[in-house]
Amino acid sequence: MELTVWTYEGPPHMGALRVAASMQDVHLVLHSPQGDTYADLLFTMIERDNKRPPVTYTTFQARDLGGSTADRFLNSLQSAWEHHKPNVMLVADSCTAELLQDQPGTLAQGAGLPIPVVSVELSAYSRKENWGASETFYQLVRTMLSGVDVPDREAVASRRPRVNLLGPTKLGFRCRDDVREVAALLDALGVDVNVVAPLGAAAADLKRIPEADANICLCPEVANLVCSWLERNYGMKTLRTVPIGIGATLRFIDELCDALNIDAKRAEQLSSRLPWYSQSVDSTYLTGKRVFIFGDATHAAAAAKIAKFELGFDVVGLGTYSRELARDVRAVAKEMGLEALITDNHMEVERAVMELQPELVLGTQMERHIAKRLGIACTVISTPAHVQDFPARYSPQMGFEGANVIFDSWIHPLMMGLEEHLLRMFREDFEFNDAAVPSHLAEENAVSLASGTDRVTKDNVVALPGLAWDPKAEKELRKIPFFVRGKARRNTEAFALERGLTAIDVETLYDAKAHYSR
Amino acid sequence: MTGASLIASSQQTPFNLQREQGQRAVFCGLTSIIWLHRKIQDAFFLVVGSRTCAHLLQSSAGVMIFAEPRFGTAVLGERDLAGLADCNEELDRVVAELLDRRPDIKTVFLVGSCPSEVIKLDLDNASKRLTRDFQGSTRFVAYSGSGIETTFTQGEDGCLLSALEGLPVSESASPDLLIVGTLPDIVEDQFQRLFDEMGASRVEFFPGRDSQSRPNIGPNTKILLAQPYLGDTLRKLVSMGGTALSAPYPLGVEGSRCWFEAAASALGISPTKVAEVLAAPMKRGEAALSRYREELAGLRLVMLPDSQLEIPIARFLARECGMLPQEIGTPYFDADTMSGELPLLPEGVAWYEGQDLDEGLDRVRALKPDLTVCGMGIANPLEAEGLTTKWSIELLFSPVQGFEQAADLAELFARPLRRRAKLEVGLWN
Repeated sequence: MELTVWTYEGPPHMGALRVAASMQDVHLVLHSPQGDTYADLLFTMIERDNKRPPVTYTTFQARDLGGSTADRFLNSLQSAWEHHKPNVMLVADSCTAELLQDQPGTLAQGAGLPIPVVSVELSAYSRKENWGASETFYQLVRTMLSGVDVPDREAVASRRPRVNLLGPTKLGFRCRDDVREVAALLDALGVDVNVVAPLGAAAADLKRIPEADANICLCPEVANLVCSWLERNYGMKTLRTVPIGIGATLRFIDELCDALNIDAKRAEQLSSRLPWYSQSVDSTYLTGKRVFIFGDATHAAAAAKIAKFELGFDVVGLGTYSRELARDVRAVAKEMGLEALITDNHMEVERAVMELQPELVLGTQMERHIAKRLGIACTVISTPAHVQDFPARYSPQMGFEGANVIFDSWIHPLMMGLEEHLLRMFREDFEFNDAAVPSHLAEENAVSLASGTDRVTKDNVVALPGLAWDPKAEKELRKIPFFVRGKARRNTEAFALERGLTAIDVETLYDAKAHYSR
Repeated sequence: MTGASLIASSQQTPFNLQREQGQRAVFCGLTSIIWLHRKIQDAFFLVVGSRTCAHLLQSSAGVMIFAEPRFGTAVLGERDLAGLADCNEELDRVVAELLDRRPDIKTVFLVGSCPSEVIKLDLDNASKRLTRDFQGSTRFVAYSGSGIETTFTQGEDGCLLSALEGLPVSESASPDLLIVGTLPDIVEDQFQRLFDEMGASRVEFFPGRDSQSRPNIGPNTKILLAQPYLGDTLRKLVSMGGTALSAPYPLGVEGSRCWFEAAASALGISPTKVAEVLAAPMKRGEAALSRYREELAGLRLVMLPDSQLEIPIARFLARECGMLPQEIGTPYFDADTMSGELPLLPEGVAWYEGQDLDEGLDRVRALKPDLTVCGMGIANPLEAEGLTTKWSIELLFSPVQGFEQAADLAELFARPLRRRAKLEVGLWN
C-alpha cells in the first residue's frame, strides 16, 4: 500500500486505451466498474479529440457481482461489435475486474466474433500506463502478424528504402507533430515511411510492418518490446536514436544512413536555427543556468543532452518516472556527474527541486505545478501534460524544427538576456522597478498604484519561524531585482539557519550571497 | 434505494420512467470528494483503492494539486492482494505517514473503492481501530465511494451518512430546521440571511464547514434537502427522529421560492412574512432571468444521466426559461428525494433511469436537440457532430442555487448556444 496524492502514469488499461484510440479500427472492451469511464475525458478534453475513444466499458455494479459480471462482459462485447464494427477487438480487465477473474480473454474467444480478438493481461496492481501501452501494442502486432512470413528483401535496390515509425500514440507528448516532422526528414533523405503505428494505423497496416527495411523506435516507452520482437522474428533492424535535439537528430541521420546505405550528403541541405541562436551573443546569459529535468525516460534523457551541449546550461538534477527505462537515464546522469532520481513520487521530486534551487525546471505537468509554487521558470517536456501542451500550432520536439521549438519554449520562460541586463543596470531607477507602472498606463492607474502597495507588500519579508530580518537587511533585500529576490531571501534564510543564526542583518545577506555565488 | 415513500405525494403528473441498462458514462462516488474536501476544511479523504482511483481523482480534479489537496489514495499493490502484507497494518502505516505530514487534520474519511469492496477490506472496523489508536485527536470515519455501489454525487450521500454514525438523538440542542447537502459558502450565507430575516434562528446546515460540527437531531427537527442525491442520509435522519419536508430544489426563482415556503410553513412562519422577505430577491432573480427566457424559450433540450440534478434542472429550464425538454436521463430515481419535483414536471418528456450509452447517443443524434447536457467526456464528440452541449460537472462546482444565482444557472445553458451563434469559423472538419 502506498500513499499517493498524484501519479505520473495512469493504470495500465489507460495504456491499452491509448493504443486503441490511436488506431482507426480497433475497439477495446474494458471489463470495468462504473466510474472507470473517466478515461474518456483525457482524450476528449485534454487532447480535444473530436470523437469518443473506441472503448466499451462493461460498467458492472455491485448487484452483478453475484455471478453475472461475465454475462455482462459478453453482452458488452456483443453490443460493442454490433455498434462499432471494428476490425480488431481488444479485451482487457481494469483493476477491479482483474480481481473477479472472469477471464474476458477466454470469454471473448468463445464468443465467435468474425474478427481477431486480442486479449491483454494488464497486471493492474504492479504495472502502469506505459507498460500497458507497450504490452497492448505488442500483442496487437503479434496477432496481426501471425501467419505473415518474413518477406523477401532482395528488391530494395529497385525502390526507395522504407521504414516504420513505431510507438507514437494519442496522449503522447507532441506525437502528432513529431510523426510529421520525422516523415518530412525521412523524405528529404529519400526514405519512405511504410507504416506509422499505433498512431493513425488501421489494424491491417500492422500486417505490412515486415515490408519495411528497418523500424524506427520513436517512442521507446511504447515500442521497445515490439521492435525487439520484430528484430528476433523478422530480422528487422531497429534504429534506436530518438531524434530530439540537434546532436540526436544528426546521430539519427547517421544511424539511418548507415543502416540503409544512404548518402548522408542529402542531409546537408537541412538545418535548424538552434545552433546559431545558441551561439548568438544574446544567449550568453544562458551560460550555466541551473536546470532540473524530470520526465519520461526518453524526453528527460534527450533534454539533459540538449541542455548541456546545445544550450550551455548546467544540469543540476535529472530523473524519470519510467522505471522500465531507468537505465538509460542513469547512464546520461552518470556522464554528467549526477545520480539520477528514479521515482514516481512527485513529493520526492519537489524536495529535490527545493534543495537544488534550479533557475529552470523542465518536466511534466506536475513539475509545472512545483515550479510555479516555488517561483521558478518551467517548460513542460514530457507527459503527463495538460491541455495547453496539445497546442493548435505545429510544434514538434523531434528533428530540426523540433530543435527550433525547443529553443523557443525553453528560453522564453527565462528572462531574456538583454532585458535581464537592463533590469540590473537600472534597478535603482525610480520608474524601472517592480512597483513602477508602465508609463503608458501611469495616468489611469495613478490612484491604485500611487502607493505601489500591492506588489511591495506581497514581497514583504516574512521570515521563517526562529529567524528575524533586521530592517536594514530587509531594505537591502528590496534593492535586489524582484525576479531573483525570492531566491536571495530563501538562500539567505537557509544560510542563516544552517549557521544557527536567529537574526539576519546586512552582513548575513552578503555572506550568504558570497557563499552561494559561483 | 426507494423503499416505502417517506412523503405522500398529493398530486402526480404523468411521470413515466423508462429503465435502461448497459454501458454507463458516469463518474463513481469518489468524484464527490472534489467538492466535499473543499467544504469540510479540516478533513482528509483517504481513498483505499487502486492506481485507477488516484488517476480518476487527479483527472477530474484538474488543477487542485496547486494547493496541497486534502485527499489522496492508499494504492493497493500486489503484496496487499496476495496476502503477503496485512492490509490493516499497511493502512495504519499509510495513515501515520499522512498525519505526520498533516497534523492539522481532525477527521480522516477512509473511502472504500471498487477494489477494496471486492476484496472485502473492512474499513468500518479499521476506522474504529484507528479512532482508538489516535485517542480522539483524529476521528476516522469509513464510507464507500466505489463505482460498483455509487454514482458520482451519491458519494456525498455515503459521506454524510457516515458522519451521522453513532450520533445520539438530542432532545435539547437540536435545531428547528436542518438543511442537508453541500452548498457553496456564498449560497449558504444568502440562505442563512433569508432565514434570519424570517425570524427562523435555529437553522443549521449539514455538512458544516468543519468536521467537528455534526448536526443535532431531535424530535422537532425538520429536514430539508438542498441537493437531490442524499436519499440514504434523508432516511437516516428520519429514522433518528427528524421530519422530512417535501419541496422542489432551490434551483431557479420558482424552485427557491417553493423551497423556502416549504421550510417556513413547517416552522410556522406566516406566509405574509415569507412573501415580505422573499419579495426583493425574487424580483431581482426574475428580472435577471427574463433576458435568458428570451434566449432559451422554445429550444429543445436533452440531458444525459450524470449528476442526479437532471430532473430539477429540466423543471427549471422548462418552467422558468421556456425550454422544451425532449429526453431527460438520471442515473437513478429516488422517489423520496423527488416527491417535491414531480408535481412541477413538464409533460411530453421521455424520462430515463440508468443508461445505455451507445443507444442513448443514437437517440440524441436522431433528436438533434438545440442543447445537450452531458458529462465532460462526451461533450466534445457531440460538439464535433454539430450538437451544442453543456457539460454538467459545472453544475456541481458553480454556485447555482437560490434567487441570486438563478440567472447564473440559466447563463450556463445560454452561453454555449450564444457562442455557437457567434462563431464564424465554419463546421468542424
